[in-house]
Order: sequence, then C-alpha cells, then structure tokens
Amino acid sequence: MSSHEISEAEDKLPEERGAASVVRPADDPFADPGLPPHEHRKQDIDERAARRSERTVALLFTVSMLATIAFIAAYVALPVDKYIYVFPIGHISALNFALGVTLGIALFTIGAGAVHWARTLMSDVEIADERHPIEASPEVKSKVLEEFRTGAKESGFGRRKLARNTLFGALALVPLAGVVLLRDLGPLPGTKLRHTKWAKGKRLMNYNTMQPLRPEDIAVGSLTFAMPEGMSEEQHDFQTEIAKAALMLVRLQPENIKDKRELDWSHEGIVAFSKICTHVGCPINLYEQQTHHVLCPCHQSTFDLSDGGRVIFGPAGHALPQLRIRANDQGYLEAMGDFSEPVGPAYWERG
Amino acid sequence: MSTTSDSAAQRRGKAPAGERVADWADGRLGIYSLAKANMRKIFPDHWSFMLGEVCLYSFIIIILTGVYLTLFFHPSMGEVTYEGPYVPMQGVRMSEAFQSTLDISFEVRGGLLMRQIHHWAALVFLAGMFTHMMRVFFTGAFRKPREINWLFGFLLFFLGMMTGFTGYSLPDDLLSGTGLRFIEGVFLSIPVVGTYISMFVFGGEFPGTDLIARLYPVHVLLLPGIMLGLLVAHLILVFYHKHTQYPGAGKTEKNVVGMPLLPVYMAKAGGFFFLVFGVIAALSAIATINPIWTIGPYRPDQVSTGAQPDWYMGFAEGLVRVMPGWEITAWGHTLVLGVFIPIVLFPMVLFAIGLYPFIESWITGDKREHHILDRPRNAPTRTAFGVAWITAYFVMLVGGGNDLWATHFHLSINSITWFVRIAFFAGPVLAFIATKRICLGLQRRDKDKVLHGRETGIIKRLPHGEFIEVHEPLAQEQLHMLTQHDQPEPYEIGPEVDENGVKQKIKPSQRLRSKLSKGYYGGDNVIPKPTREEYREITSGHGHH
Repeated sequence: MSSHEISEAEDKLPEERGAASVVRPADDPFADPGLPPHEHRKQDIDERAARRSERTVALLFTVSMLATIAFIAAYVALPVDKYIYVFPIGHISALNFALGVTLGIALFTIGAGAVHWARTLMSDVEIADERHPIEASPEVKSKVLEEFRTGAKESGFGRRKLARNTLFGALALVPLAGVVLLRDLGPLPGTKLRHTKWAKGKRLMNYNTMQPLRPEDIAVGSLTFAMPEGMSEEQHDFQTEIAKAALMLVRLQPENIKDKRELDWSHEGIVAFSKICTHVGCPINLYEQQTHHVLCPCHQSTFDLSDGGRVIFGPAGHALPQLRIRANDQGYLEAMGDFSEPVGPAYWERG
Repeated sequence: MSTTSDSAAQRRGKAPAGERVADWADGRLGIYSLAKANMRKIFPDHWSFMLGEVCLYSFIIIILTGVYLTLFFHPSMGEVTYEGPYVPMQGVRMSEAFQSTLDISFEVRGGLLMRQIHHWAALVFLAGMFTHMMRVFFTGAFRKPREINWLFGFLLFFLGMMTGFTGYSLPDDLLSGTGLRFIEGVFLSIPVVGTYISMFVFGGEFPGTDLIARLYPVHVLLLPGIMLGLLVAHLILVFYHKHTQYPGAGKTEKNVVGMPLLPVYMAKAGGFFFLVFGVIAALSAIATINPIWTIGPYRPDQVSTGAQPDWYMGFAEGLVRVMPGWEITAWGHTLVLGVFIPIVLFPMVLFAIGLYPFIESWITGDKREHHILDRPRNAPTRTAFGVAWITAYFVMLVGGGNDLWATHFHLSINSITWFVRIAFFAGPVLAFIATKRICLGLQRRDKDKVLHGRETGIIKRLPHGEFIEVHEPLAQEQLHMLTQHDQPEPYEIGPEVDENGVKQKIKPSQRLRSKLSKGYYGGDNVIPKPTREEYREITSGHGHH
C-alpha cells in the first residue's frame, strides 16, 4: 500500500466525525458514547481489493446483459406450445421457464451488482443529520392564525349566514345527482329471488347427458345432479337460472327418511334438494352415502338429506329447500311445482 | 447584468450538458432547492426497513405487468366456445374474460410469465405490507408524528386486499366465480338493503352479464389510482418526517444516522428493486400460480373442493367459515347474522390495529415526537396487544383453511372448526399474557446485564474452592442502549377531592384512561430500569457476581 493511500485512510478516522458533539459527562455510566468509530473495509485501504470488487460488479452487470440477450433469444427461438420436463417441477412450458429464468437473472444481477457496489466501493461512513421539529414555531403559528382570521373575516363567512347556509344546502344536495344516476345499475329485486325455472310438470334432466331422468336411473348411494327441462347452455340467461335451479337427487330407503314432509315429497325414496347452499350459495357437491349427509366444499356447511335437509354443522342458517317430485305417466321424474321457499342464501325480505 | 460576476458568466458559457439541463429544469421547477434538502438525505440502515421497500417495488412490478395484461385481456362475460390450442378446453363454453386469460397463458409469448409475475407480486405485496406493518407496530414507529402515515399505510393494506380480490376475480374461472357468489351472499345478508345492493352491483340476479366489465375499471383504475395517491403521500411523509432509527450509540431523538440518499441509499434501494423483481420473475418461472386452465370456466352449479381464496382473504374466509349459522326470522323478515356478523367483524378487527396509534396516544397522553424506535420488550402492553392481534388473525387463517387442515392432517373438520371458534377468543388472551410475561422477563434480563455484566460462560475457581462464573461488564454503547428508553408515569386523574374539599367531577372516560394507562406504565407492567446509583453501587463493590 502506498503512503498516499495510508494518509487517505487516516483522513477517514473517527475523530473528524460528528461523535465529538455528543455530551458525555464522565460521571454518567449510561451516557451516549456517540457514534462508534468507523471501521475501514478492506476496499477502503487496499486498492487491489477495491479493484476486485469493481470486477465483481462488472461481472454481475455483464451477466445481466447476457441474460437479457438469452431472454430475447428464448422469445424468438422457443415455440409457445413446447413443454419440457424440469426436475423436480415436472412438465412445464419451456418458454415460460426460459423467459422467467433469464429475466430473473437479468434483473437480479443488476440488483446484486448495484448493492455490491454500494456495500464495497461507496463510502460506508455513517453520517448524522439533524432533525427539526415538525410543528411550527409559536411566531409562525400566531401569524398563520391571524392571517386565517383576516381571510375568514374578509370572506364574511361568519357574518353572511344566509349565504353560508344556502351554500351548505346546495353542496349537500348536488351529490344526489350522482346517487340518482346509479339507479340504472340494476333492476329492483322484486320477487326474483323467490322463483326458479322449476314448475309443475317440468321433467328432471340429467345434468351431464341432458336426458330426462327415470327413477331407475338414480342408484342408492350416488348423488345425481339435474336441471329443469327446457334449459340449455346456449340460452342467454342460462348462468343466472342455473344459479338458482341446480338440483341434486339421492335415493334413500323410504324407512330411513326421518322427516314426514320429506317422505311425502319424495318418490320411491328419491328426494330432490336444491344444490345451492343456504349459507352463501356455493353448489353442494360432496355426499356421504352412509349418513346421507351432504357437505358444501366452500364453507363446510353439512346437511342431513334424510331429515328434511336440516343443517347439522357449519355456518348455514337454514335447511336446504326440497323440490316436490313424482314420476309422470311415461315414467319420467317431474317437478310438482317450484321450490316452496327461496333457494340459496337468506336475505332480508326472505321471511 | 451588472450583478453577474465575470467568472459565473464564463462558467455558464462552458457548463457541461448535464448542468445546463439541470439549470433549465431549475428555472422552471426549482430542482436545486429540492435537491439541497433531499439529495444527501440520510437514511438509517436496517434489514427491517427493507420490508416497506419490498411493498413499494412489488407495487411497481404489479403496475408494469398489469398494464401489459390489459393489452390482451377482454373484460367481458359474453359467452364463446373455446377453439384455441389448449385441448382440454376445446368446445367448452366460457366467457370472453376466461378465454382471453387462456389466450394470455397459451398463445401470447411471455403472457403466462406476465400473468404469474403479476399474481406473485400481488401476493408478495400483501405479505410485505403485513410484515412492514408489524415492524412499524412493534417498534412503535407509528407514534407522533407518524400516526397519519400509519393510517395511509393501513389503508394501502386494506385497499391492497380489495384490489387483489377484484383482480383474481377477473378471469371468471370456477374458483373466482365461487368467490363472487360468496360476495353475493354477503350483500344479501345486509339488513334492509341487501337485495338492492346485490341487484345493483351484479346488474340483476347473480351472476348476470355485467360484473366482470364492472370489476375491471375498479381493479385497473379506481383502486390502483387511489393506492398510487396514498403511496405517494406515504413516501412524501417518510421523507418529510425523516426515517426512524433504532436506539444505539450516537443516535438521539434530534438526529438521524445513516447513509446519504446519493449515492449509497440510491444504489442500495435501486438495486433492491431489481433484486425483488428478479426473485419474483424467477419464482414465476418455476412456480405456477392460479392455473385457471385446470380450474375451468365458471358455472354457478359447479364447484371444486379445496376452494381457497388468496392468502390475504383467508382471515375473512375463516370468520365466515367458523361463524355459527344464526338466522333470526320475525315479522316476515330475516336477519342473516351468520353471514353479516363475520363480514362486519372483518373490517372491525382490521381497524382495531388501524386506529391503534390514536388509542395508544390517548391512553398514554404522550404528546412528544418519537424518532428513536422502541425495543418491543420495553413496551410490553403494546407488544402483547400486537401479538394477540396476530394470534386472532392466524387463528382465523386456520379457520379459512379448515378443510385443508382436515384433509392434510387427517383431522375432523368439526373439531377444527370448534377449535377455531374457541381459540379466536382464548388464543389472543393467552398470547397477550404470555407475551407480556416474556417482555418483562427480557426487561429483567436487560437490567441484570446492565448491573452484573454479560455472562461469559467462563467458570473460575476461587482459592477457597468456590466456583463462580465470570461476568464481563458491558461496553458503554450497550449500557446506553439498554438504558436509553423512557419509563413514563401512568396517567393519574388526581385527587377526587381538591384542597377545598370540593368533589371533582371525574368523567368515566378519564377513569378508563387512567386504568388503561396503568396497564401500560403501572407498577406490574414495567421493570424499573437500573439507575446510575444502583450501577455504581454494584460496580464499585467487590468483584462481579
């Protein structure tokens, strides 16, 4: 190390720094000793180490440039539908993998280079800066208050009460125009939530095959989904209607049905319940055949299909509505009317 | 001009280009005055101060990738039949929103990467805000003059949750549609106006055909716009207040010790942006997030099991899942408490921590500015409250994933739900008590270290056979650090009867404040820090014990 470098390093010794300004009474063992002396890094005193650091930084930035070029090459060269096996992730999109990794390297090495530069080559001498109180001095405060009083007086806001109060009135009313404009966001609820597509004589269509269901199609222990006759995915209101009309069917042994009304509304032990959970409207799709319980996968409300769809666990507040069904003279299952109560989550007007 | 010196005129003639540009800008924007105050602004260095930076950078990443995604995404619920290259979905009916998300994932080169970076960055953003908030909370950085900035940060966290939710609802996949159905149920549970709100938001009955198109401007413009404003205000206040610092040698309430903005902090912070971006990009290359193609398009009569919201909504999900299904029906109306209570509790629990700075300053009556951070142990009641809050939060996170806990750990879902119901109330209480004890224990240890020194682990045998452990006295820096904190007196109402025998009127709020203040600073809640006299007495004695 040259003598010039040593003298330069000595310039950085702590005596010169703000530490001396801290009061340090000799008799106070807990007194603030002031900023600790600055400790030199290798790079501060050894120019060769500093040059090594510079080369590391430059290497990182160079890697970044190469990674960006690799990113562009991958974008151009790799087809979008090529899938590769990467251990241990599995089969993934080659392009996504290549682009992500190269972009990640290109960005990360810029960051790593900058941080390494800052940590090894830029000054690491801690500096103390003074703080000033946020609040204004009493003089400023009184001057501002006086100016405010002058301004307020000149406006006549306190004296001209008629003007002021009508201004308040106008400002309070004018936002109503905006509120009124929101009216056409949607229709009024009316009784929309009370009705579904189910009606007397509508056959129960298998949800997958769209064929009408016969009693013999419903096996013991399975959960069958159905929708009303006449609905199809192509209809413009299909999503809205299926959101209410979705139905699930199970076949129980009639002697296992505990609820009398449920038995009356069933056909040969086949019972039809709304598939829409009465909690917040998720479709129910888990059936436990031994206990005849169904479980909503969203919030785990559990209903007993052998006991009137009663809630036995979870956050749902009321039983699943049952659809009254029978077999018509051609032997197809059909509804004997709409649900007797609104399906899905409860709401204020439900009653 | 006569006032211009010759040398200045000469210099202007050959000023470098950069200076001339800066002169031009200064003449119009006054940048030199701005730079004078800020260019060498000091920023203290600590790893925990980077948490807020993670949030800032992930927000920028979200905006960059989000703008890219808007170029390809079609926010429409118009139904189409998929004909694209992804074979399992061919011939399936879906909304344009879902189809364009499939296109971004399978046909736009790099589209999947941008989608995944966007989603990962959103998860990191929320996690970053949560931990940043906890850092600020436990170190008391929210105290005067920073209460308003805490509030800005809290609102950013809250709006971040909303923006995240509206964002992952946009692809109109089966999972997010299920989440929106839940939102319908939430609207319906609102007394009196619930059905109206639901009809107005969805443009009719759920799901209708308007919702995605309506969520879109909320997600890409309204919420991010508000957040950008709050973010800028947040940063301006950070600059204006100057950063807080941890206690230590040379650090006072009147100074800020650290590195200057130019160059060190700029290089470190700027570099850190690239580090965060790089990590998220690499994460998006190797870890799939929200694979909507395996979930399928939304249909209201279909659902998949294990349905989970993104993590930051898990707390709300938990409240909804474990709430008993209370419904009151009377006079032809239904009060859906089973849904309405959790949905009111959700913001209330959050706002409990959002408004905490104001509550604490009212209780303690502390009107001073604070720039030196508290060590969490030195504010046991606050720390205990924070841990209690986190406990409630994480208990509800368990509640929100109760099905996953059940299937992964082979537990009964009913037991988990009951555990969460009880733990939501009992957990925070236990956590509060335990945390406070731990804090007081740590305070005792600090006191012990100050008075008796550090345990060296060296055992010494004295001539008469006794074994002692050698304690090493602390350096002055450490003595200062362990004793620098304040121990204020609790708020006292004063005597009920004044010197003239007149009974003072004491408001119930005063009594409450006094009681709470004792809970913060009262006898049992603080270990008196060692005094100089104690220290001298012990250190002047014979040897160390």
